[in-house]
Amino acid sequence: MGAVVRVPERRPTVVIKAETGWASLNLRELWTYRDLLFILAGREVKLRYKQTSLGVTWVVLQPLLASLIFAVMFGRFAHLPSDGHPYALFVFSGVIVWNYFSAVLQRAGNSLITDARLITKVYFPRLAIPLASTFSALIDLGVALLVLVILLIVYKVAPTWRILTLPFFIALAGISAAGVSLWLSALNVRYRDFVHAMPFLLQIWMFASPVVYATTLVPERYRFAYGLNPAVAFIEGFRWAILGASSLTLPMVALSTTISLVVFIGGAFFFRRVERGFADNV
Amino acid sequence: MSELSLSIQGISKSYQIARALGAQPYRTLQEEVVALPRKLWKRARGRTDRLDTFWALQDVTFDVNKGEVVGLIGRNGAGKSTLLKILARITDPTHGRAEIYGRVGALLEVGTGFHMELTGRENIFLSGAILGMRKSEIAAKFDEIVSFAEVQQFIDTPTKRYSSGMFTRLAFAVAAYLEPEILFVDEVLAVGDAAFQKKCLGKMEDVAGQGRTVFFVSHNTQAIRQLCTRCVLLEHGRVVADGPTHETLSIYNQHLRDMRVDAETGVNNPENRRGSGAVRFTAVSVEDLAGTERYAFEMGETVRFRLSYRANQPMRGIAVVVALRSGVSRDLVTSVRHVVTTDLVPPGATGTVTVDLPEVYIRPGEYPIYFHLSESVPTKTNYDVLDDLTPPLVIAAGSRRLHDNFDPAQPFGVFSLPSRMTVDEAPAVRQDTIDRPFDDKAEMAQTGITTEN
Repeated sequence: MGAVVRVPERRPTVVIKAETGWASLNLRELWTYRDLLFILAGREVKLRYKQTSLGVTWVVLQPLLASLIFAVMFGRFAHLPSDGHPYALFVFSGVIVWNYFSAVLQRAGNSLITDARLITKVYFPRLAIPLASTFSALIDLGVALLVLVILLIVYKVAPTWRILTLPFFIALAGISAAGVSLWLSALNVRYRDFVHAMPFLLQIWMFASPVVYATTLVPERYRFAYGLNPAVAFIEGFRWAILGASSLTLPMVALSTTISLVVFIGGAFFFRRVERGFADNV
Repeated sequence: MSELSLSIQGISKSYQIARALGAQPYRTLQEEVVALPRKLWKRARGRTDRLDTFWALQDVTFDVNKGEVVGLIGRNGAGKSTLLKILARITDPTHGRAEIYGRVGALLEVGTGFHMELTGRENIFLSGAILGMRKSEIAAKFDEIVSFAEVQQFIDTPTKRYSSGMFTRLAFAVAAYLEPEILFVDEVLAVGDAAFQKKCLGKMEDVAGQGRTVFFVSHNTQAIRQLCTRCVLLEHGRVVADGPTHETLSIYNQHLRDMRVDAETGVNNPENRRGSGAVRFTAVSVEDLAGTERYAFEMGETVRFRLSYRANQPMRGIAVVVALRSGVSRDLVTSVRHVVTTDLVPPGATGTVTVDLPEVYIRPGEYPIYFHLSESVPTKTNYDVLDDLTPPLVIAAGSRRLHDNFDPAQPFGVFSLPSRMTVDEAPAVRQDTIDRPFDDKAEMAQTGITTEN
């Protein structure tokens, strides 16, 4: 009896203070909100095809039609190199992974503006908004992959052990896309110019990447500079995993992976640095 | 000894008002680049534009203990919402620090995080996750939320087909069932019918009763009186009173009375008092039919304006205008003009008129008041203009039913006008459409109004 009850010193759950400069990523908090990330991604998928009569068919139609046009234009007429694969198969596999990348950029780039109401009314880790797009676009990629399987059967191409590396290249595409999106979405809150620049950016980027042609088209001496484009590695890698022969090299993958990671981590820190101004600027 | 729940230490918040760049809400990259040399030049010389800084909050300091129910009141622009936004971590303070002990639930606006295209079920999960709940937690509370909101039948219907009452109930239920240790609530009770308000207040009392902390911002002094034991008064971004609710409220009311407009109030301030001064208001007041001065009314009550004036120069007749603006957009909501006399009014003449707005049909909200004096024939000259010199008119939903399809919870538009419908041709009823939630409220919501979330 009479023992002194020690009240453990309580630490505040949240400390709010004026912060300037770089903030930590606060990954622990993002982790506690992980369900939000997937619910937001699910919302994007659901909303995308509500009130469309073709619904999810669009996911299949888009890359198929694009590939058809490319196959006629670049395969039949221009005879662009395709590493010895049937051109249609070659271009389709490039288009679907490129479409994934470009879909993430388009959705995420404008996502903070679209969700302005959320940002100005509730607190949650803002990183969840652009990151959700990285996941929601995966659904489209998955559906397109099923179509690719059918094409592989039609063209009688059997997968090799390389198919096991496919998840790695998809992850690489995801990290590259997420990294660029973090920069774009954060900058877009402040400078709406990026909405207008986006279509051009994506178009130029696509032709600077081996989507409709094989990397062999690029002269040897420019290959290193070409490899600085992170899209090169995940597109060529994606094809390498599915079709086999490609001009993919290990240094190219290493370089591209490094660049993607730098862009991603840099983007996350940049995003965290500017996010406290979102509610006042959006 | 009581435990600390919230500690606010010297919080200030300033906003930069970009005058140099005009009224543009955001800058383009080009403008930023063009402005850069000037900005650097100024910074190099250690000069910043002081004029462009507006302090929304200044050195706000107070503590809240666990289990306390604290009200926050103040006029429009006093900084209430800014403080709440800082505490809810939506925006950062400029200076100062705040510590929060425990999980926070913030309800700054009903239905944030809801998306109209999604079903009630999907929205519960979405908005719960935004408030920081795990999926499993939401699933565990799901049934309670649905039954509190009384939307069982329509849980798999897109919320765009909900009546606004259903929508509001569902949104409040999600936030209330988060079971936060600290609950921030901003003026959500202005929407919703009386029964719903009562239910929400009850739920908030429960939350408080369980030893949790409630921080409640409202214009509704009635609700604050009922719910809060302690009340903080903000004015111009500073704490001017902090104590037992009845004490703070009497100071607040005193301040409102002190703002009484006379011939001198704000005459030198061209922002809210303008005009040539050929005739001036000497007193204006807002009162109810019993003659008590007040600014908070329920829908359906009569609002009475009592206006006194004095002519300083000869006037060709006198007319008064009373107008209401929107508290949000500052747009004119409505105005009434009355000619007092068309005769010549000599200098020194005084007069008083009463203008009634019988049975106001204006929806709940806050409406700054604007008074204007002129000659009986409209001229271009303003003689006296009072803009925002009195507290705003606050309209709350009440228990009065103004007309047959009256629904104070209907948030669309400014007025609730009586309307009539006759069915000229009834649609053939098909079995598969019967379970859609078309009550008359949803019907109203459908009438040409789309809401985006």
